[in-house]
Amino acid sequence: MTPPFAARLDGVGVRFGRPKARADQSLVDARDPATALVDATCTLRPGVITGVLGRNGAGKTTMLSLLAAFRRPTSGSVLVGPEGAMEDPWENTWITSGVQLVRESGDLFGDEAVKETLKYYADMRPEWDADLAARLLDLFEVDLRKKPAALSRGKRSAVGAVVGLAGRAPLTIFDEVYLGMDAPTRYAFYDELLADYAEHPRTVLISSHLVDEVDRLFEDVVVIDRGRVLVTGPADDLRARGATLTGPAADVERASAGRTVLHERRLGPTTELTVDGPLNDEERAAATDAGVTVGAVAIQDMFVHLTSGKGQDR
Amino acid sequence: MFDGPEPIYVQIAQMIRAQVLSGELGEEEQVMSTTQFATTFRINPATAQKAFGQLVDEGVLYKRRGLGMFVAVGARERLLEEHRTRYFDEVLRPALLQADLLSIPRGAIVDFVWGRPPAAPDKEDS
Repeated sequence: MTPPFAARLDGVGVRFGRPKARADQSLVDARDPATALVDATCTLRPGVITGVLGRNGAGKTTMLSLLAAFRRPTSGSVLVGPEGAMEDPWENTWITSGVQLVRESGDLFGDEAVKETLKYYADMRPEWDADLAARLLDLFEVDLRKKPAALSRGKRSAVGAVVGLAGRAPLTIFDEVYLGMDAPTRYAFYDELLADYAEHPRTVLISSHLVDEVDRLFEDVVVIDRGRVLVTGPADDLRARGATLTGPAADVERASAGRTVLHERRLGPTTELTVDGPLNDEERAAATDAGVTVGAVAIQDMFVHLTSGKGQDR
Repeated sequence: MFDGPEPIYVQIAQMIRAQVLSGELGEEEQVMSTTQFATTFRINPATAQKAFGQLVDEGVLYKRRGLGMFVAVGARERLLEEHRTRYFDEVLRPALLQADLLSIPRGAIVDFVWGRPPAAPDKEDS
């Protein structure tokens, strides 16, 4: 079995359309609306479930397409492969045979029965588990004889989920696959993903902007905002990164001195500030002694605060 | 489950400690595997692994190669000892501070502890 793949992006820029003939090398310009990624640098650890979070149009799909060699970067480098043996995935069959990108649509063959799509993936993926695929199709109640057009969006997504899970690719990428699924199907998908991942460890990327529902699945996270990598690292670090300070306005102001305030809420004499940067035990105790309640900030809220572009320094 | 403000692995460790303390998990008894934890609570298996690692360091659990995690001999006694010392600082002290805030005389608290009927309200002793 192929070991899980790692991946690395180094100073990656992506600009759509034809590169402008310009003398300088700065083809990627953040202010240019055709720019999808700017100087994106991050490492994806092998054998880890990583969440790729970003708002609509942030550049998630572009980044994931680079890893699956569906697209080439305008600048910078992309490497994918087993740790210590990563290669450029572009037109590299050894790497791409180990990368499964499942996109929102499920990537089904347009005018053929679903079973033809599955046959194709079964042939292409060396680690394909036919029993698992059959069990999942049954679980998701997919009719194999139907053509994609006759299936609901949710069922098409479910087929995509089956392709991703049963393929057991060393790098499996789910790009918002579960968006069309109803809640019971989504939860069944998460359960199956965790069970199969625990048994067959591999690298999994899950992109989403519905963070609350999936954030416990992640060991690492990458947050992308307007084409830039904002945060990359363990999910627990992001969970511990923010804090809410609640109490009388003056005390809260004092406790938040020198910190970036991400969000502010006032209710009569009480103020709640969401601040960036973890509080150490000492700062926590000091704030509590001053009558300020210190709370945690969920990944979803942290994500919203970081990407809404309203942080201000104190 | 695990909706508290602390990191999830801290909450899992707390849950297992509580189960050992209450005797729900006996000594030498096997703990759920990381896979079972992951699928039961829909969390990343590494998160459960992290909680187990912490409990192994504390001597609450130990690993049997190829079999899984088990509750260590003497784990309950150690946890009881630890929680007894922390009880005064973490439970009783804040409760007494709250009593002071509410001007409840210490005598009334002692009466309550002994199960005596509350004394007739008299002049505040100062």
